[in-house]
Amino acid sequence: MIVVQHLHPSTNVTPSLIYRSRARLSFVEAEDKAPIEEGHVYFAPADYHLLVEKTFRFGLSSDRHVQHARPSIDVLFESAAIAYGADACGVVLTGANQDGAAGLRAIADEGGFAMVQDAADAEFPLMPSSALKAVPSARTGTIAEIAKELSRISRS
Amino acid sequence: MTKIDEVERHLFFEGIYLKYGYDFRQYAEASLDRRLAGLLGDYQASSLLDLLKRALREPEEFRKILGSLTINTSEFFRDPTFFKVLRESVFPVLKTYSKVTIWSAGCSTGEEVLSLAIALKEEGLDRRATIHATDINPFVLKSAKTGIFEASCIPTFNKNYAAAGGTGTPSQYYGAEYGLVRFNPDLLENVVFSEHNLATDAAFLEAHLILCRNVFIYFSRELQERALELFARSLVHKGFLALGSKETLRFSSLAPNFQAVSPGENVFSLLSRSEPKP
Repeated sequence: MIVVQHLHPSTNVTPSLIYRSRARLSFVEAEDKAPIEEGHVYFAPADYHLLVEKTFRFGLSSDRHVQHARPSIDVLFESAAIAYGADACGVVLTGANQDGAAGLRAIADEGGFAMVQDAADAEFPLMPSSALKAVPSARTGTIAEIAKELSRISRS
Repeated sequence: MTKIDEVERHLFFEGIYLKYGYDFRQYAEASLDRRLAGLLGDYQASSLLDLLKRALREPEEFRKILGSLTINTSEFFRDPTFFKVLRESVFPVLKTYSKVTIWSAGCSTGEEVLSLAIALKEEGLDRRATIHATDINPFVLKSAKTGIFEASCIPTFNKNYAAAGGTGTPSQYYGAEYGLVRFNPDLLENVVFSEHNLATDAAFLEAHLILCRNVFIYFSRELQERALELFARSLVHKGFLALGSKETLRFSSLAPNFQAVSPGENVFSLLSRSEPKP
């Protein structure tokens, strides 16, 4: 699982300190060129775009901001759509801009699975509602429902 | 984002390489494809072959395309703690040499070179140090040589200067006029700017310190390996190599040749060369 969060550029992400999980997953910052492995939840480092290479390794970049964001969800999703094709699953959660909408569209266009948080369930509804507008066929749900769906998909 | 066809990408970069000598053939693909997709949009080109045709026929257009293919994100004292490590762990060793050679590989528009020159000056190393600043792109070198920047860079400069361990006042290093700032020309006195392509060119100096920050993230693993070999051949024994804060040697076969100098910052010292110097 790969996560992009909009953070202040100087934030030092130490995911293992922020997130605790009852699942047997390790929470780590994604490293440039590292192979993407199961059992890990990878986080984009602050101030870098995170991309998936076709070799299923990570790439980082300091290219210009996309949707005012770096890391940008669109950048991650669009590269994941190309690398994973129909095996990709994109989820857009709460957020205050339109980042993620174009990326989710790219995942859906490749036959991947698209999910969006219910706008009513989101602290900032703009991001999920923009994503739903871009991909009207996306599955919607509360955080709890999305979590259930993700664990179902990961087992199948 | 427009999807990039692999065969077309291959032909595009072969064509650029044959015509102009710039070698993007082993760059990391995912971010490069985003830039290519952006170019296709900017030029309203129907395909990379279409864009290649223009690039081959019109050198002026190629110059703009080159600017979009290379990343020139740079700021003064980028990652200020890195400059602190330089001052605390690297400069004391450099002071033991009577002449110091530093290579800034991928110097872009010159922010890092000036930051480095200021730190060297404050540590009393400026007279004995020569900085070789290289980049693949001659147009950014031209701009770096002027020492002139948009005044909008100054807030970052001031903030980072202090965080990087600067001992003076930031404003002593520049003068502002008409929305621009010019850095004191003496800072660039011992800087030699030249074109160098890490993908194709050979070793050309023997350095005590090499800075190559936020360049490796744009390279494939193969190209990283080539550049690392080049650095190992270009460093004196126990010479220093500085990479970007999110770049790692972990996935390289040359990792055992380097030792981390400061945990957390990507500064390494060369233990042994990969092969004897010819």
